[in-house]
Amino acid sequence: MFPRPIQETTRARQVMYKVALPVSLVVWLLPMIAIIATAGRSLSDLNYGNYWGIPTEWVFFENFAAVFGSSSIGVYLLNSFIITIPSIIGALFLSTLAGAGLALYRFRGRFFLLALFIAGNFVPFQILMIPVRQLTLDLGVYDSYLGVILFQIAFQTGFCTFFMRNFIAELPFELVEAARAEGVSEWKILIHIIVPLVRPALAALAVLQFTFIWNDFFWPLILIQSDELRPITLGLTTLKGQFISSFNLLAAGSLIAALPPVMMFFAMQKHFIAGLTLGASKG
Amino acid sequence: MADLPMMPAQRTRMTTSFFRKHKLLLMPLAFIAPAFAMFSLFVIYPIIQSIGLSFTQWQGIGPKTWVGLNNYRMLFNDAVFWTSLMNNVYWLVLFLLAPVFGLFVALFLNQTVFGIRLVKSLFFFPFVVSQIVVGIIFAWFYDPAFGLLATVLEPIGLDMPPILSDETLATFGIILAGLWPQTAYCMILYLTGLNSVNPEVIEAARLDGAKGWQLLVKIVLPQLRAATFIALVVTIIGALRSFDLVAVMTEGGPYNSSNVLAYYMYDNAIFRYRMGYASSIATVLFLIMNVYIVWFLMRLWNNEKGTR
Amino acid sequence: MKLFKSAVCAVALAAFATSASARDLVMNANTSDPAQKLAMENLIAEFEAAYPEIDVKFNLYDHEAFKVAMRNFLVSDAPDLITWNAGNRMKVFVDLGLFEDVSDVWEAEGLYEKMPAVVGASSVDGKQYGVPYAYYAWGFYYRKDLFEQAGITETPTTWEEFKAVGEQLNAAGITPVTIGTKNLWPAAGWFDFLNLRVNGVEFHAELMDGKVAYTDPRVRAVFEKWGELVEADFYIENHPAYSFQEALPFMNQGNAAMYLLAPFIVSMFPEDVRAQVEWFPFPIIDSDVGIYEDAPTDSFHIPVNAKNKEDARLFLAFAAQADVQTRTAATLDMLPPNVNASVKDDRFAQGGFAQLSKADGIMQFFDRDTDPALAKVAMQGFQEFLQNPDRLDRILEQIEAERARIYGAL
Repeated sequence: MFPRPIQETTRARQVMYKVALPVSLVVWLLPMIAIIATAGRSLSDLNYGNYWGIPTEWVFFENFAAVFGSSSIGVYLLNSFIITIPSIIGALFLSTLAGAGLALYRFRGRFFLLALFIAGNFVPFQILMIPVRQLTLDLGVYDSYLGVILFQIAFQTGFCTFFMRNFIAELPFELVEAARAEGVSEWKILIHIIVPLVRPALAALAVLQFTFIWNDFFWPLILIQSDELRPITLGLTTLKGQFISSFNLLAAGSLIAALPPVMMFFAMQKHFIAGLTLGASKG
Repeated sequence: MADLPMMPAQRTRMTTSFFRKHKLLLMPLAFIAPAFAMFSLFVIYPIIQSIGLSFTQWQGIGPKTWVGLNNYRMLFNDAVFWTSLMNNVYWLVLFLLAPVFGLFVALFLNQTVFGIRLVKSLFFFPFVVSQIVVGIIFAWFYDPAFGLLATVLEPIGLDMPPILSDETLATFGIILAGLWPQTAYCMILYLTGLNSVNPEVIEAARLDGAKGWQLLVKIVLPQLRAATFIALVVTIIGALRSFDLVAVMTEGGPYNSSNVLAYYMYDNAIFRYRMGYASSIATVLFLIMNVYIVWFLMRLWNNEKGTR
Repeated sequence: MKLFKSAVCAVALAAFATSASARDLVMNANTSDPAQKLAMENLIAEFEAAYPEIDVKFNLYDHEAFKVAMRNFLVSDAPDLITWNAGNRMKVFVDLGLFEDVSDVWEAEGLYEKMPAVVGASSVDGKQYGVPYAYYAWGFYYRKDLFEQAGITETPTTWEEFKAVGEQLNAAGITPVTIGTKNLWPAAGWFDFLNLRVNGVEFHAELMDGKVAYTDPRVRAVFEKWGELVEADFYIENHPAYSFQEALPFMNQGNAAMYLLAPFIVSMFPEDVRAQVEWFPFPIIDSDVGIYEDAPTDSFHIPVNAKNKEDARLFLAFAAQADVQTRTAATLDMLPPNVNASVKDDRFAQGGFAQLSKADGIMQFFDRDTDPALAKVAMQGFQEFLQNPDRLDRILEQIEAERARIYGAL
């Protein structure tokens, strides 16, 4: 393990680490703390320019109640899950296949194919707004969950393929060779050898994808019209006024919206180290 | 590094039976086809359409007029385009600090002490929270009258420079705000990478007397190659897509000094009703990036040839 | 058991009733300010009470997201009703054939007589394409207590008086004016008024239509006046760092005394400050020039591709009624276009109403009156001018280049 586990170091270093950890956490999360504090301020305080001082009153409860009261946040949260989960599954599935296809085989044009998958990420994606909207209309999936899900799967597949290809390419190739020599089918090699080995990468990718798709509000804005289909990011933008923004409610809403991805990360962490034993033969 | 077992020669694969050769050609195609189909339909095809739009004058709705290369001619004479391009270069260069910071944060957190999973999750927070809110908070952080920095600096007799209203500083103020979530992003990638580092190799190196910095650079970093590549790519994508923070912190101002291509494109497409012109900005950005992608892939390829 | 049976029947009947006679009216709106939200909710509730068979489906967007979404939904799956702005912003979509001609509603409801002030802004080539529900005046919101502190007893009515007020405030250690130019449009308000006061409404309209060069000496005259204020330190420092809202603390904390703005600001003054805030119109610069004002108008429109235009027309007629407009405008702190409606009884609404009533001519607002691309470039120019008045020549050339690109050489 690198760096050396802290338990194996001197007592002094252990104490230092135990002190440094919470201190660095506080420094790192300073803007986060400010966001939390903002979620508890009154609009009047903000209009006085009291962004950092002690609030004249704490109105956490009122602000969160206002966020919940002024918008159908429960529905929005549910919609976010309905859009995000199938999108992740779809993107991970397609990209594991494609990543393996690009990493495990040598054929002409794979360079070009990989470049294509990466290149799609380098376009400022907002410019695709009108062609994509037209496409979903033609496919009859405009203003539906499916339209957003299909687009998210397709769009994220580019990055995911690149990600998976790189991790699969790093795997010890002799495992694949050995399996092939024993006549194991390519499909089984993928399922029984490759996938278990890239589980940490898949877990990390799932966390990243969850965050991307969960946080995206541009594509739902373009592809969804009905209020009852909106994900939370889009639902919360209405806290931003034409002229007046309720910064405190915006902060409160953003905290609510940020919790599921963080919990996802917390839950997926244990998978980050899976596959380690198998990977040990690699070097 | 001497203990790295070499891969079996590729040649064995190429000289096997006809059926296998056949299979090794068909399988990758079958594996790639679904992803390729989806990606082509929803991403590549719209990109091609957008490039087509860059040769038109179009409000985003209504009739299109073919104007040939006119948009590009205008673009190269547009001072805002060049300012934005320059700012994108600043973003690209300074954003590369994110993988470095991210690596160190990951090394710092790669321990198994009580509560570390929670700590890691909290370090992840900046990446998750709405960029709009991050932008607002950093703007208040810099606020020359009511900001945190001003409040801290004033008592010790220092003047707070008006970062976001200064045409030379604004971009850097936004980049700093952007580094915060981006570092969290790279941290995740490195945490994953560190978990797949081979402990035996580390131990062997330690027995050989390698430690600290030397161990990191010579033994650990090479094993983190996959994570590093991905961290670099996502950081570059992040730098090019820098958008929300610019929109909320300065709207590209003061007077375009902190504009970037992605925001300038959006501004033209949405607020100025110049879809054709916006497409030409996107196309130029895309072309610049393609040069980079090709260079990048060449390196990736050559690197892998070395080990395979 | 009997009770259960009849309950089931009742539920089934109710379900049948709603599904059989409910008519969906889809409305997409950009009214996401707190007061706007409330006003729309109330308006919709009143409408649904008056027409129980109609079910309004309300999709609210924030203003910028709305601009993005609008270009998509108008040409694909259009709602039955939208909120938007009268004037040039409406005309863009009328020219594209995306807004429905609703002159018949104006005719049937007698709106030409009831809403004389907004006929022009709602019309393109003599036909009406929307029904306004509120409009508002721009003017100076100022703190009486700070004025008194600086020894000012009268609000300024002329340019000289205005400059004197600024001088007195500065002498008392109070910045005369707060402004947040990150949003750009607050600076455009200043340009509008200066141009209207110096050159009058005809010239202003021509400028907005791209018929006059920005390098014209008459435009320079406007910047000359504006420069006098910049030179006399009228404005707070670092204003490009602030949105209009983030510039407000200067006034609330008592560091700045005036803000040239519109009524949506009223709810943003904390109560104790609000008690001190009063209103005066933009001072006269040239007494030979008439009184011309900005009065941005918000309105309802029916997309051409709407499905339920009949009920949308019912809504337009309903929203134009005097008593409905009275309530809507009062919630918004704005003015009802219907002359039979009553203006909210507070000093801001009454002040703005009085000023608009004696106005010789009305414009919408800079970024609602001119081409959006030109507006953007020009407003960035205003922002730069306020920070660097010495760059005026280059700024005007830049704006003129954009004007020439859009409207052609003169």
